[in-house]
Amino acid sequence: MHASTPQEGASQAGAGPLVTIDAVMQQVAEHKGCGTQGGSGKASCGSAAGQGDLPTEIWEKVKNHPCYSEEAHHHYARMHVAVAPACNIQCNYCNRKYDCANESRPGVVSERLTPEQAARKVLAVASTIPQMTVLGIAGPGDPLANPAKTFKTFELISQTAPDIKLCLSTNGLALPDHVDTIARYNVDHVTITINMVDPEIGAKIYPWVFWNHQRYTGVEGARLLTERQLRGLEMLTERGILCKVNSVMIPGVNDRHLVEVNRAVKSRGAFLHNIMPLISAPEHGTVFGLTGQRGPTAQELKALQDSCEGEMNMMRHCRQCRADAVGLLGEDRSAEFTTEKVMEMEVAYDLEGRQAYQAKVEEERVAKVAAKQEELATLAGAASDITLLVAVATKGSGLINEHFGHAKEFQVYELSTAGAKFVGHRRVDLYCQGGYGDEDSLQTVIRAINDCHAVFVAKIGGCPKADLVSAGIEPVDRYAHEFIEKSAIAWFKGYLEKVAAGEVAHGPRGDAAIRQGALTAA
Amino acid sequence: MAFKIIASQCTSCSACEAECPNVAITEKGGTFVINPKKCTECIGYFDIPQCVAVCPVDDTCVIDKAYPRYQAAS
Repeated sequence: MHASTPQEGASQAGAGPLVTIDAVMQQVAEHKGCGTQGGSGKASCGSAAGQGDLPTEIWEKVKNHPCYSEEAHHHYARMHVAVAPACNIQCNYCNRKYDCANESRPGVVSERLTPEQAARKVLAVASTIPQMTVLGIAGPGDPLANPAKTFKTFELISQTAPDIKLCLSTNGLALPDHVDTIARYNVDHVTITINMVDPEIGAKIYPWVFWNHQRYTGVEGARLLTERQLRGLEMLTERGILCKVNSVMIPGVNDRHLVEVNRAVKSRGAFLHNIMPLISAPEHGTVFGLTGQRGPTAQELKALQDSCEGEMNMMRHCRQCRADAVGLLGEDRSAEFTTEKVMEMEVAYDLEGRQAYQAKVEEERVAKVAAKQEELATLAGAASDITLLVAVATKGSGLINEHFGHAKEFQVYELSTAGAKFVGHRRVDLYCQGGYGDEDSLQTVIRAINDCHAVFVAKIGGCPKADLVSAGIEPVDRYAHEFIEKSAIAWFKGYLEKVAAGEVAHGPRGDAAIRQGALTAA
Repeated sequence: MAFKIIASQCTSCSACEAECPNVAITEKGGTFVINPKKCTECIGYFDIPQCVAVCPVDDTCVIDKAYPRYQAAS
C-alpha cells in the first residue's frame, strides 16, 4: 500500500543554516508583547469607510487585507512564503522550470523555504515592516499538494506572530480533503483559482491533474478538477471561511465563459472574484507562451470585469505577485529578505509597536476618505453621461506622489458624476528581454495608459509632457501630493465645465496594452 | 530496472518525493534522485510509477537500464 513519505526536513538543499523554531521562539519571548494571545481576533479598527456593498462581517475581515481590499493595499502589506514547491496539476499558463530573478509573476520564486525558515522570515519581515498584516502561502506549487509543509508553517507562525492573518491560495484539487485542517488553523482567507466550470474548456487549460495516485488527462481531468474546486468552495463557505476566486482570462479559451464561472462561484458563496489577464510571453516557456496564445488587452479585461460586477464584487488591483513577494502590492521587497539576510537579522517581534503603527495608518485612511467625501459633495448636481479613465502616478497612501518618470505603474480610475472608482493598474516597468528592450520607454508608457484622458503626477518633465499631449493624454501636475480621488474629482469637475463651455471636445480614447514582459528589478 | 530522474530536467519541485511508495526519492545537490535499491517501479503499488505520473516535466522520470528489471516479491 501507499506509504506516505515523511516530509519534514527533507528538502533543504542550498538553503542557509537551519534555525530551529525553538530558537526563534526564544528570541520572540525575550521581547515585549509576545505574551498577548491574539487568536483570530486580529486588529480591528474604527472606520467602515469603503465598505462598498460587502456585508459588515466580511468587511471587518477584509478591510485591512491588501490582497482583498483595494483601499487597504495602499496601507497594508502582505508576504508570501515559498514553502510549497510541488504541484498536483499542470496548467498551460504555468512553467516553473525557469526562475528569472528579474521577474514577477505567479509561480516564480527565488528560494524555497522550510517551514522553520519561513517562520523566521515572517518574524523578520513583520519586525521590519509594521504594516505587514497578512501571510500567504501561494506555492510556487500548490499549498495543498504540500500539506505537511503548509500547515507546519501556519502552526509555527500562529504561535510566534499571532496577530498575522493567514491565507492560502490553491488550485482546489486537494481542497475538500483539507477543509477541516484549514478551519483548525484559523486560516480566514482562501483563494481558489477557478478558470472554468465546463470540462471541455478545462481540457484546453489543464493538460493533466494528478489525483488519487492517477494522472487524469483531457476532459476527464478537468471534470475532476472543477467538481473538487466547487465542492471545496462550498465546504469552506459553509464553515464561514472567506473565499476569493481567481480566474485567468484567456482570450478565445475562457473569456466569455468566465461570466458563467462568476455566477457559479457566487452562488457557492465566494465573496470576491479576481479576473486576471493571462501572462504568456514566449520567454516564460509556458504552453500558452509557446503557442502564441495572446493575453487580453486592458479594455477586454475591464469589459469582462464590468460585466461580472453586477453579480458580485470584483477585484481590480491584483498585481499577480511572485509566490515569494514581500511588502506593499506593487512594491516588492523580497530581495531584502533572502534567507541569508533573514538569518543575520535581529528579530524583535514588537506586537504593541505594530498595533500602534497600524492605528496611525487607520487615522490616515479616515482622513483620506473624509477628503474624498468632501470633494464628492461638490460634484453633486453635476449631470453628465461622460465617463472616462485617468491614470495616477502614486507611491501609495492614496496620494499623487510619484514623479512621472519614476512610476513603475499607474493606477487607473474611472471618473463619472458618481465619483472616482478604482478600476485597475497598469505596469509600465522597462521590459527585460523579449525584444522590447530597444523600444522608447515613453512609448510603452503611453501604450499602457492609452485609454486614459489624463495622467496625474507629482512632477513631470517638459519632453514627456509634450509627447503625452500629442498622444491626447493631459498631463496634470497641479495636484501634487494631494489625495487621489479628491483631486481626480476636482479635475473632472473642471473637465465637465470645459466640455459644457465648448472649450474641450470630449471623445473616446483607444485601447491599452497590458504589460507582458518581466518586471525589471528596481 | 529502476526509475531515474534526469537531473538537467528536474525542476526540484518535490512532487515525486511525497508520492513514492518506497521512500526512494530524496533531494540531492539541488535536484531529486531515486535510490535504485529502493525503487520497485511501483509494481505491486500502482498502475503507473508515481514519479512519472506526478512529474510536471515530461520524460524526466525514466527507466534506468543500468539496473535489472525489478521483480515483485511473489
